[in-house]
Formats: sequence, structure tokens, C-alpha cells
Amino acid sequence: MSEQRPAGAAAADRLPVLKTHKVYVGGRFPRSESGRFDRALGPDGTPIANICRCSRKDVRDAVTAARAAQAGWAGRTAYNRGQILYRIAEMLEGRSAQFETLLAAGGTAPDEAAIEVQAAVDRLVHYAGWTDKFQQVFSSVNPVATSHFNFSILEPMGVIGVLAPESPLLGLTSAVAPAIAGGNTTVVLVTGSQPLPATTFGEVLNSSDVPGGVVNVLTGRSDEMLAPLAAHRDVDGLLLCSPDPDVARSAEIEAVHNLKRVAVRPHEDWTDVQSPYEITDLQEVKTTWHPIGS
Amino acid sequence: MSTTAAPVESPPIDAVGVEERVARLCSRSIKKEAKLQALHLTLSMIDLTTLEGADSEGKVRQLCAKALQLHAALPDLPHVAAVCVYPALVGVAKRAVEGSGIHVASVATSFPAGQAPLEIKLLEVRKAVEAGADEVDMVISRGRFLAGDLAYTGDEIASVKEACADAHLKVILETGELGTLDAIRRASDLAMRSGADFIKTSTGKIKPAATMPVVLVMLEAIRDHYLRTGEKIGMKPAGGISTAKDAIRHLVMVRETLGQDWLDPDLYRFGASSLANDVLRQIVKQRSGIYQSFDDFSL
Repeated sequence: MSEQRPAGAAAADRLPVLKTHKVYVGGRFPRSESGRFDRALGPDGTPIANICRCSRKDVRDAVTAARAAQAGWAGRTAYNRGQILYRIAEMLEGRSAQFETLLAAGGTAPDEAAIEVQAAVDRLVHYAGWTDKFQQVFSSVNPVATSHFNFSILEPMGVIGVLAPESPLLGLTSAVAPAIAGGNTTVVLVTGSQPLPATTFGEVLNSSDVPGGVVNVLTGRSDEMLAPLAAHRDVDGLLLCSPDPDVARSAEIEAVHNLKRVAVRPHEDWTDVQSPYEITDLQEVKTTWHPIGS
Repeated sequence: MSTTAAPVESPPIDAVGVEERVARLCSRSIKKEAKLQALHLTLSMIDLTTLEGADSEGKVRQLCAKALQLHAALPDLPHVAAVCVYPALVGVAKRAVEGSGIHVASVATSFPAGQAPLEIKLLEVRKAVEAGADEVDMVISRGRFLAGDLAYTGDEIASVKEACADAHLKVILETGELGTLDAIRRASDLAMRSGADFIKTSTGKIKPAATMPVVLVMLEAIRDHYLRTGEKIGMKPAGGISTAKDAIRHLVMVRETLGQDWLDPDLYRFGASSLANDVLRQIVKQRSGIYQSFDDFSL
């Protein structure tokens, strides 16, 4: 009576196994503590997946994870950070087809999707190269009038809160890569209309030797998550990738509590947003006056 | 004061039942105003502790300064119950907190191992009390207790109690070394019958320390002792309680096991070094609505 199916053959009536898109915090993939979810929609408005709708407590937990990871990440050699960024690029390249599918599901034309994935891989390689070079380029020995050896070096700010751009993959990598290249750890709020590439990018990071907590990816709504992140006293800097001046302004107001540095990136097209200054904008300059004999 | 002439009959402990009860109590949600009250109560119950080989007079004075003023911007906070130091530093602590109502507690009896002759332990207790200790935290001889020599352990506690004179005696069971909940219950009963004013889980030098199941077993021993004798014995979990969340869970457990009377620094203490700052962090968060950084809190 029981019908034998030949091994390896797919049944036409098979139910596909859909993926649960979870968030990425501290090297793990939890759901939101709130238990809430939103629907990610395709270009025609049909639901394509459920995503976590994170709360301020998820933001709090992500900042704790980022803080815990920060000293270890900054303490790695710049060369090792470069290797790990390059590893992310390798893993992303290997999963190009999956990301092209995700981008296409979100409404990107197939040929553009392929170009965007390639550009994201190249962007990671670009910053992988800079990790052990920007110090030489941007540090300085300063002439002073007294008998001091005076020099300025760059140090990571610490924990950076990132409001991820609408551009779901290239924008995301263009924002996160320079932040972590310089030894920062990040809490990334994904609030755009295409969150699926970001949740899957968490899986790429998790399989790329990136220590847990260096990049934390939360999905949800900007009006719930941005204010607590911007006000959080354990966050040292903000990278706001939004063309909406009101969003940037309100976050900057929240950021005054501990005088966070705020960098605003209003780009909608991220093709050319690639520069070592993206790294240095998330660095603090430390200047040392060292007395010398005459 | 009773010695242990009468055999201690402790009921067997249902370890699975204890775990389940703890899990149920941990699921309580304490928020907003109730949370703030719990946080304030927690602060007033803390024995601010430093027990390091590297402790110096300066370190103890700094700890006392912290005890006197937990947060510069929040003057309406309660002060901690006590500072807890080694006997050699009791005098320094006593001078630093004089007149504030903060007690000075001292560990004694060859803390943390307790492996010294009894005369030396008693001398250490007397020296600590002489130097001004209001409370003495002793360790029991776990080796003798585990070997089944309950009479020795009971007499040891009674002798230390005598040496304490007016000082309060807290008896550290070092539950991490006792192995089973049954042994912890037996040690609790023994300590209370031998003159302990408080029973305390751990030295803080051994993991695991004050886990919830261990504390629940000890609280139930205190409850049974109270029902039998009418005597209220205090409880001090120490070691491993470093977050406000843990502390509130403990308070829930105390309230549910022993009742309102024990929600008082005279009968319940937290032995902790880093708990105070997390509680302060939560209080500031609760008042301001902004998540805080540990960098903003001293010590």
C-alpha cells in the first residue's frame, strides 16, 4: 500500500521548509525577547517571511554583548582583523546565489542582484586590506615648540550603534565593515523594507571567525529601537544611515547624554561609498606628549 | 546557648522539588515601582565586601567611602548594611564608618579554608571583636563535618559564638563543598542549634556559591527552626549574586518562604562586591529611562 519514492527525487506536492529568520546577538541566533514578529513583504506586498520585531530590551542585550566583545576584538592584531574581514568576503562569495535569491525576492532585478552581491564582497575585501594600513596613513608625529615627542594615533571608539541603510546588502556591508575594521563592535538595527539579506548576513558572519558580539543584527522598527540605542550610555558612537534628516536629528538629540560621536550617512546609492575615512570617522584620536631630554 | 547534645534530625531534601519550586519563584515579574522598592531594599541589605590577599588600608577606606555614599547624584539612597573585611583591617573600617550606622563585619576562623587549630581560630575571633567588629563571619570545618563529626562542628560553632561576645555570628557553610542538598540542610540545622545568628552560604572563593536551590534549602531550614523554637535566624547568600535581577529573585524567594519579617537587613543580607553597582545602574535606569554604563559607577 505504501508508496515508495525513489531516493533523491522531490515530490511535486512536497511542502517547502521555510526558514525562521532570527536575529544575531552575541554569536547566537535568538528570537526577540518580546516574542513579537513583523512580516517581510515582497515587492507586490505579499508576505515572504516573518522577522523578529525587537524591543528595547533586545537592544539592551545586544549592547551588553557588543561591550563584552569589544576589548577582545580591539585587542586582536590589525592583521588578524583583516584576515577575518577577508574571511567574511569568502563566505559571502560562496553564498552568492542565496543572497541573489533573497535580493530578488525583495524586488531587486536579477542582474542587479548579482552585481550588488559582488560589490558587497569586494567592499569587504577593500576594508580587509585597510585594517593594518589606516594607522600608518592617519597617525602622525606632530611638531611642537617644547621638548616633547608628540604623536597622535587612532583608537577604536568602542561600541557603535548602526542604523542600517535601506540598501539591504551593499549598504549594510558598507556601514558595518569599516566600523569593525577599526576594532569597534556594533549593534546594527535593520529597519528597512528588505530585512532578509541582513538576517542571513548574520549567518555569514557566524561562520567567518568573527567573534560573537562583534556584530549584532537586530530587526524591527526604527521608532522602537533607535531612541534607546541612541540614548544608551554604554554606546560610544552612532552611524546613522538614513536619508531622513528628522531621524538623524532625533537620534542626535538622544545621543547627547554621554556625548556620543554621531556620523550620518544619507546615501541612497552605496556603490561608491568606500573610503578609509569611513574607518577614521569611527575612531578617536589619542595624542601623547612624551617628554624628551634636550 | 545550646551545644549539640541532641542529635540533629534533618528532613531529607527532594532535590527535584527544590529545583521546580525555584523555577516557579524565578518566573515572577517585578516591575516599575515594586522593582524600585526591591532595588532600594537590596541596597540596604548588602554587605559590601572585599576579601582579597591584596587588600590594603587604602582599598578598605575606599570601600567604606563607597558604603557611606553609594552614588553622588542620588543622596536619597539607603546605606548598605555592613562592610565586610579581613580581621587585620577591621580597625581601619571601623574608623571609616564610625557614626554612620553601617556595621563592620569581619571574616575570621582562618577564612576561607578554616584549616587551623581551634585556639588560633578563637584568638582570631577575639582579635576581630576587640578591633571593633560588630559581626563575625566564621567558616565551619567542612572536612570534619563531611567526615560525619557533627559534634566537633557543633562545638566549634558554639565556642566561636562564645568568643564573639556581643558580636553577631554568621556561620559560613561553604555549600559548594558540601556536595548535596541533604548535607546543606544538616549543616544549616546544626549551625542554628549551635548558636548561629545568621547562616551564610559561601566564602565566595569556591564555585558554585549561592545558587537558588541551595538558598531555598537554607531558608526552609530557617523556617522550620523558627516554627520549632520561635527564634528568627538570619540568612546571607554570598558569592555569585552580581546582578539586580538575581537579587530580586532572592527577595521573592525569601518573601515566599519566610514572610515579610525577613525582608529586613537585620535578618537578610547579600554578601557581594559587584552587586551594588548593578543595583545602582538599575535604579538610575529606572529613574531616568536611559540604559546606563558601568563606567559611570565607581569602584
